[in-house]
Amino acid sequence: MTQLVLEQALNGLQFGLMLFLLAAGLTLVFGIMDCINLAHGSLYMVGAYFVAAAAQAADSFWLGLGVGVAGTAGLGLLLELTLFRQLYRRDHLSQVLATFALILIANEAVRLIWGPAPLMLNPPDALAGPVEIGGFFYPAYRLLIIGCGLAVAALLYLLVAKSRVGMWVRAGAANREITEALGINVRALFTAVFVFGAALCALAGGLLGPLLAVQVGMGESVLILAFVVIIIGGIGSIRGALVGALIVGAVDTLGRALLPTLLGAVLPADAASTLGPALASILIYLLMAGILFFRPQGLFPARA
Amino acid sequence: MPIRLTALAAALLLAGAAHAADQIKVGFVSTLSGPGAGLGVDIRDGFQLAMKQLNGKLGGLPAEVLVADDQQNPDVAKQATDKLLKKDKVDFMTGIVFSNLMLAVGPAVFQNQTFYISANAGPSQYAGEQCNPFFFNVAWQNDNLHEAVGKYVQDKGFKNVVIVTPNYPGGKDAVSGFKRYYKDQVSEEIYTKLGQLDYAAELAKVRAGKPDALFFFLPGGMGINFVKQFVAAGLSRDTQLFAPGFSADEDVIKAVGAPMMGMFNSSHWAHDMDNAENKRFVAAFEKEYGRLPSLYASQGYDAALMMDAAVRDVKGNVADKKALQKALEAKRFKSVRGDFKFNSNHYPVQNYYLRVIGKDAQGRVTNKTMGSIFTNHADAYAAQCKMK
Repeated sequence: MTQLVLEQALNGLQFGLMLFLLAAGLTLVFGIMDCINLAHGSLYMVGAYFVAAAAQAADSFWLGLGVGVAGTAGLGLLLELTLFRQLYRRDHLSQVLATFALILIANEAVRLIWGPAPLMLNPPDALAGPVEIGGFFYPAYRLLIIGCGLAVAALLYLLVAKSRVGMWVRAGAANREITEALGINVRALFTAVFVFGAALCALAGGLLGPLLAVQVGMGESVLILAFVVIIIGGIGSIRGALVGALIVGAVDTLGRALLPTLLGAVLPADAASTLGPALASILIYLLMAGILFFRPQGLFPARA
Repeated sequence: MPIRLTALAAALLLAGAAHAADQIKVGFVSTLSGPGAGLGVDIRDGFQLAMKQLNGKLGGLPAEVLVADDQQNPDVAKQATDKLLKKDKVDFMTGIVFSNLMLAVGPAVFQNQTFYISANAGPSQYAGEQCNPFFFNVAWQNDNLHEAVGKYVQDKGFKNVVIVTPNYPGGKDAVSGFKRYYKDQVSEEIYTKLGQLDYAAELAKVRAGKPDALFFFLPGGMGINFVKQFVAAGLSRDTQLFAPGFSADEDVIKAVGAPMMGMFNSSHWAHDMDNAENKRFVAAFEKEYGRLPSLYASQGYDAALMMDAAVRDVKGNVADKKALQKALEAKRFKSVRGDFKFNSNHYPVQNYYLRVIGKDAQGRVTNKTMGSIFTNHADAYAAQCKMK
C-alpha cells in the first residue's frame, strides 16, 4: 500500500512539475503584461514538434531537445516583436481573438508541415526502462522529468526571488506604471519574459513528447489545465504557479487512482466504474471552482 | 428555360432511378488525424488499394470515393456525413473507426436509406435490438475479439486478471466480451478517459494488484503509449499482456517495437493467413505503401470488395434498395480472411485466431498466427435483432 501511495505521489509530482513549466510562462505574461495568451499551448505544441523533428534529424534526443528549445525561444522572440507588442495596450477581447487565431494558424501550419499523424519521439535508450528505488520499480524517464522540473523550479526561484531581473519582474507584476517610472526598460523585460516562457513551453513539450504523443491539438487540453493552475495559484505569481501545479497534479493523479476504488466501496461496482472516472476528471475543476469561491484572487496573488 | 431544365433534370432523375446508375459514390468518413489516425489511415489505404485493383470501378461502374476526416469527434463526423448524404448523395457510406461516432452518425444514414458498410466499428446496439437493414459490418461485432481473448486466458488458467479500457461504448463492449468467456472473477476493471495518453496512475494500480495477466483494449495512440509505459515501468516481468488484435497490430508494433514481443492477441485476420486472396492483398499492400497491412487495412479492403460484388449483383441498379440489401447479404466476394457469412443481424459469422508477436523470417517484429480460438463464431446479440 505504501508503495502504491509513493508511486502515485511521484506520478502526481511529475505531472505537476510539467504543468508548472507551462503555467510559469503563462502566469508571468498574464500577470506582468496583462495579456491573455491563448496561444501559449501552441508554443508547447510547436516546441514539441521542433524537438521531435530535431531529435529525428540529429538522431539524438538531447541534441533535439536543445535545438528545439532554442528554436521555440526564437519563434517566441519573433512573435513578441511582431504581434504581442501590438496587443499589450489593447483590451482582453482583442488579445483573446488574436491569440485564438494564432492557435488555428499554428495547428494548420503543423498539419501542413508534419502531416496529421502524430510524430513518434522516443526517450534516450538508457532511460527507456525502469530503475529500482527502495525496493520498487519506477520508469527512469519519469524520474528524469521530475529532476528537470525541480531544477527549473529552483532556477526560477533564484531568478525571481534573488536576482535583480527577478525584482523587476516582481515589481512589474505588482505595479507596472511605478516600475516604468523607476526607469526600468519594461519593454525589453517583457520581451525577455515572453521568450523565457516560450522556452519553458518547448522544454515541457520536448520532455513530455516521448511519454505522450507529439500531435496537432496537443496544446489546447494542456492550455486549459495551465489556466486552471494559474487561477488556483494566483495570477502573476511564480510561487502560486508552482503550488497550483503541484496541487492540480496531485489531485488529478490521486483522483484517477483512488476515486473509482473508494466509490466502489459505497456504490455497486457497475455504477462506481462509470461514476469514478467521470468524477475523477472533473475533480480539478471542482477544486478551481472552490478556490474561486473562497479565494477569488488565488492562493498567492501577485498584487496584494 | 429554367422550367424546362428542371423538367429535364427530373426526367433524368426518374430515368436514373429505374436504370443502372452511371456512377457509384462512396462516402468515406474516418479518423485521419489525432491519436486514432493510424486506424483510419489503414482502413482508407486498404479501401483505396482495392479501388486501384478494381481500376477505380465498383461493380463495373466508375466509382468516386469522397474522403473526410472526423477528427475522432462525433459532431465533426455528423457534419461530414450529413454533407455526403445530402449534398453528394452517396450510394454507400463507410470508414468510421470508433463506435461512439458510429452511433452518432447511424440514425442520419439509416433515415436516408443509405447502406453503411462498417469496416471497423461494430457496436452491440446495431447488432441487437437496434439492428438495421441499412447497416452491415464486414469486420466483426466489437465483443468478438475480446471474447476470443477471454476464452484463451480462461483456457490457460490465469487467475488474477486486470482489465484496462477506455470509458466509452467500445470499451464497455470489450469488458462484457472478455467476461462472457472468462468465467473467473476479474480482479480489477480500470476505466480510463478516451484519448488518454498518460497511464502512470493506472499502471501504479496494476503494480499494486500484482496480476498474472493484463487484458487491455486501447485502440490507436492510446495502446501505443500504454504498452510503452507498461514496459518502461518494468511491469512486463511479472504480468503477461493480452489484447484484442486492435491493440497489437502493425500500427502499434511499428511504434513500440521489440518490447511487444511475446504478447498474445486475437484476430479474425492475419497477414500470414494462407489463402490466395490474402497473399495477393498483402503483397500488393506492401508494394504500394511500403509497410505490412494491419487488420484495419484488411477490413477496408474487404469493404470495397463487398460493395463491388453487390453493385455487380444488382447490375448497377443501386436505387433498388431491397435488391441491393439482398445482394449485400449474399456476400459474393472472396474475403482476405477466408470464408465467412453474414448473420441475420448483418454481422459476420467467422473464425477467430490467436496470434503472438515475435520476429518473422526476415527479422521483422510482427504477428504470427498460432491457431484458431473460435470457429464459425457468431455474436451474442443476434437473437435480439428483428431484421426488417
